[in-house]
Amino acid sequence: MILDKETLSMLEAKANQLRHKTIDTVVYAGSGHLGGALSMIDAATLLYYNVMNIDRDDPDWEDRDRFVMSKGHAGIGLITIFSDLGWVPEEDLKTFNLTGSKYGIHLDSNVVPGVDASTGSLGHGLSLALGMALAAKQLKKDYFVYCMLGDGECQEGSIWEAAMAIAHYNQTNLITMVDRNKAQIDGETEDIMKLEPFQEKWTAFGFHAETIDGHDFEAIAQAIDDAKKRTDQPTCIILDTVKGKGVCFCEGDYRWHYGGISKDMAQQAHKDLDAYYDERLTRVKGA
Amino acid sequence: MGGLTYNSISQTRMATGEIYCQTLIEMAETDPRIVALTADLGKSSKIGAFMERFPDRFYQMGIAEQNMYAVAAGMAKSGLIPFTSSFAIFASCRALDQVHTDICYQNVPVKMISSHAGTSFGQAGTTHHSTEDIAIMRSLANLTVICPADGMETANAVRAAVEIPGPVYIRINRGYDQQVYEDLDYGFEVGKAVELHPGSDLTIIAMGSTVFQALQAARELDAVDKIKARVLDMHTVKPIDREAIIKAVHDTRRVVTVEDHTVIGGLGGAVAEVIAESGMGCAFRRLGLQDCFSPIGLHEDLMSYHGIDTNGILKSVRELMQLDFEEDEDWADEV
Repeated sequence: MILDKETLSMLEAKANQLRHKTIDTVVYAGSGHLGGALSMIDAATLLYYNVMNIDRDDPDWEDRDRFVMSKGHAGIGLITIFSDLGWVPEEDLKTFNLTGSKYGIHLDSNVVPGVDASTGSLGHGLSLALGMALAAKQLKKDYFVYCMLGDGECQEGSIWEAAMAIAHYNQTNLITMVDRNKAQIDGETEDIMKLEPFQEKWTAFGFHAETIDGHDFEAIAQAIDDAKKRTDQPTCIILDTVKGKGVCFCEGDYRWHYGGISKDMAQQAHKDLDAYYDERLTRVKGA
Repeated sequence: MGGLTYNSISQTRMATGEIYCQTLIEMAETDPRIVALTADLGKSSKIGAFMERFPDRFYQMGIAEQNMYAVAAGMAKSGLIPFTSSFAIFASCRALDQVHTDICYQNVPVKMISSHAGTSFGQAGTTHHSTEDIAIMRSLANLTVICPADGMETANAVRAAVEIPGPVYIRINRGYDQQVYEDLDYGFEVGKAVELHPGSDLTIIAMGSTVFQALQAARELDAVDKIKARVLDMHTVKPIDREAIIKAVHDTRRVVTVEDHTVIGGLGGAVAEVIAESGMGCAFRRLGLQDCFSPIGLHEDLMSYHGIDTNGILKSVRELMQLDFEEDEDWADEV
């Protein structure tokens, strides 16, 4: 066990709280990218509350580990973390996506504390992360860079330009993660533009690639720990996830890439999330 | 110009790209933030000498421009000052999304040195001409756009770029430029045009390779036609020197712009915007590519074809001087 029970319980509670906050924020905003936020929230929770070396008092600390949310549309999930860390006032969540707000669907790194890169146009984040990782070596800093890709995003050719360069420079201080929720705006990834054999693609590009349960903190923590120790090749962690995880009417349905939810639906979503949390806690206690 | 030792002799020995590279090496000696990247154009863009001097600060990114510009943005967000070397056509078209979103929107200090601009690599074919880059780059917020007239001005522009906190696009030509400046000490300042020739009858506003041609034309107009043509080297297209343009309109009432670029949205477009907003009328011509792709050929032949060489400028100026229009000092009836 790489995570003790106390840490696991803390992470479960935190992820649960962030899922609820994400639902609230979608309601405030009128709509949002709920599916892709809920599929990556476990991995992001683990990074910010257990793995990454950050300074809660200074989100711009120059030696911090970096996180590039290449699938920038999941910003509605990420902002709940920044709010919880105290970098963004909780009240501000009520302005998300509204005219005049600092917080748009795709977060602006020059405006929102904690955002390490402005993303949104897909296929850019991995290259930005590589630049940050190369800069760490150049400036003799020991920070790590984590990059979260969407799986549909990997249909962009520029992702593979970046992958080639990461392997070429053996950039092991950059850990690539893919939220493999298997759905994109117009449908299932395999119907829209086949990604499989997906893990083999990363392997062929020179990565150590592995696929793990993207909703299992223990599995993600172990994969990251292994990746940080690996020096012979960079790592790509493929997170096998479910779009909209925890909310029954969203789960696994590509149509929930983006959408609005009514107050009744939000109530149902909160109930679903409570039940999902109970189920996960039972698993932790039984472990 | 602390440490920089170039003069007119250097320009006869070094291509403009080589002067850029030497300038960068000299600056990098004292500024550890400077790194260089290229996308398999180290040899063509002349940045190879940087690699030999600073192998650990040189990044070969392969033939993958989108990745290179985004990597440079990531480096710049982390404390480095990356200089990218590629062709202007690839910076402005192939990787525009990365330049727009990762570099300009995030407002990071990436310095894009973009060579083989205009029709300077004319014989390579139209796929390698860059005749829209100024129009594209000028529209990107946060970006400073500079088009030096020759090697000396390139050295000045590269040096100035490091001092600018945001992104910079510097557009240079392939090979050797005709020499405009004798040395570095002529008062180069970003955003300030250089008056190379005095004149009260007409103003020729030029950038890049056309500055030399404009100067030649002004000298001939003076000697043959007794026309006094002011020549402005508008090396910075953004932010443009509004004051110099308005003064030119006021003083000379005739303005000709000349550029190795389409007349749509480039230097001519930028000058036209300033004149239109000034409320002052004047006779005005934009010389450049007239909404077309260029045929293939040597740079000097293509400049002649597009009417942006000395003869082309002379022809347009002589036509413009024949135009009959109100030249009095009473601006009020024109506003």
